[in-house]
Amino acid sequence: MRNILAFIVRFHFLLLFVLLEVVALAMFVNSTYFQQSAVLNSGNVITGKFYTSASNITGYFKLRRTNELLSIENAILRQGSDLSFLKTDSTSFWKKDTLYRQQYKYVIARVIHNSVGKRNNYIMLDKGKRFGIEKDMAVITPNGIAGTVISVSENFAWVMSVLNKHTRISARIRKNDQMGTVVWNGIDPSVGTLTDIPAHVKLSRGDTIVTSGFSNIFPAGLMLGTINDFRVEQGEHFYLIPFTFSVDFNSLDYVYIVKNLMKEEQDKLMQTTENQANE
Amino acid sequence: MNRLVFQNIIRFLLLVLLQVLLLNKINLYGYLNPFVYILFILLLPFETPGWLLLVLSFITGFTIDIFSGTPGLHTAATVLAGFARPAVIKLVGEREEYDASMYPSLQNMGLKWFLTYTVILVFLHHAALNFLDVFSFTEFFRTLLRIIISTAFTVLFIILLQYIIVSRKGKR
Repeated sequence: MRNILAFIVRFHFLLLFVLLEVVALAMFVNSTYFQQSAVLNSGNVITGKFYTSASNITGYFKLRRTNELLSIENAILRQGSDLSFLKTDSTSFWKKDTLYRQQYKYVIARVIHNSVGKRNNYIMLDKGKRFGIEKDMAVITPNGIAGTVISVSENFAWVMSVLNKHTRISARIRKNDQMGTVVWNGIDPSVGTLTDIPAHVKLSRGDTIVTSGFSNIFPAGLMLGTINDFRVEQGEHFYLIPFTFSVDFNSLDYVYIVKNLMKEEQDKLMQTTENQANE
Repeated sequence: MNRLVFQNIIRFLLLVLLQVLLLNKINLYGYLNPFVYILFILLLPFETPGWLLLVLSFITGFTIDIFSGTPGLHTAATVLAGFARPAVIKLVGEREEYDASMYPSLQNMGLKWFLTYTVILVFLHHAALNFLDVFSFTEFFRTLLRIIISTAFTVLFIILLQYIIVSRKGKR
């Protein structure tokens, strides 16, 4: 016993180091994928309040740009609304009816914490459970998509930014409907990578990449970016396509959280099919 | 002794605020991420007991983690830096005439000593941090470049901060 005590006293520095490092690494490993640790969620309240007051001040500096974005979006929406169409035929009329069912709902939120410099970046929003925000909802901006909600507390939501190692977004090239996957390779916050496009497809610079809508999370047809460059690495059958994000991740302010009203149904269907396949 | 504790608490708060509100937002082409909060660990007095050094490193890293949403990442890197500190001090060369309140700052130890000491510890910290963040060696050289550039910037920032503090003290 005395020997053990003597050992602990003698090597207390090393032992404490190992202990603390194990605690830290355990926290790290358990939270790499989905940051749901109890520590962080209770920390959310404190850091959330802190970042809210900080962004209340910095928000003013972005007002002009935010307004510009919103008015551009308004113009686009106004253009599509019934009011901007002149009725040319008095005998028939068009009305929204049961043929259309709402699939997506939008909640406005503000970004109160954001980073772009790390390999794995996360965003914090000022809306949480109280506004019906749940895990796996999409976060988009007028310019394109920003990320996916990965955990929520009462008043705040943590979002995995597109600028993350774990990002995989099902995408498509608008011109020819070719399907691919968008990932981020971790250097430039304005450049993403589109993969899984077969090498025989014809591409050109400036082609638009949009979401495919196949993921149950993101609505179809949202802008992701435009192709910068494309090449086929030796011995590969797929293109490597760096593209410029349409969103400036460094200046996110107001975003929409998208709720897919039919997600549950889609998930359930997928699950039952998978279960049947496994049987 | 109380003054020393007080001084370190203030330094801790200021560095955390500086890191969280300002430096965490700095990013150039994805390669430049200064983490100046490590200066708190660098400037602890020479006579800080080993266990306290580790516990303080843990608290510092954890605080930054809470604010960055990266549990364990900064904690692991900072505890490693705290663990390495006594060895690095020995390596760079100790001086005989310490008193309890003396700490390894630029004006106490001179530029050459402080620069060597800072570069080693900051590099160690940034290396651990970035490799943990990427969590694989597949992007080895890209990560290494990121580490080197960030280290250079952090060290530069720390040296500048030290000069600012010196000149302010000179005026008093």
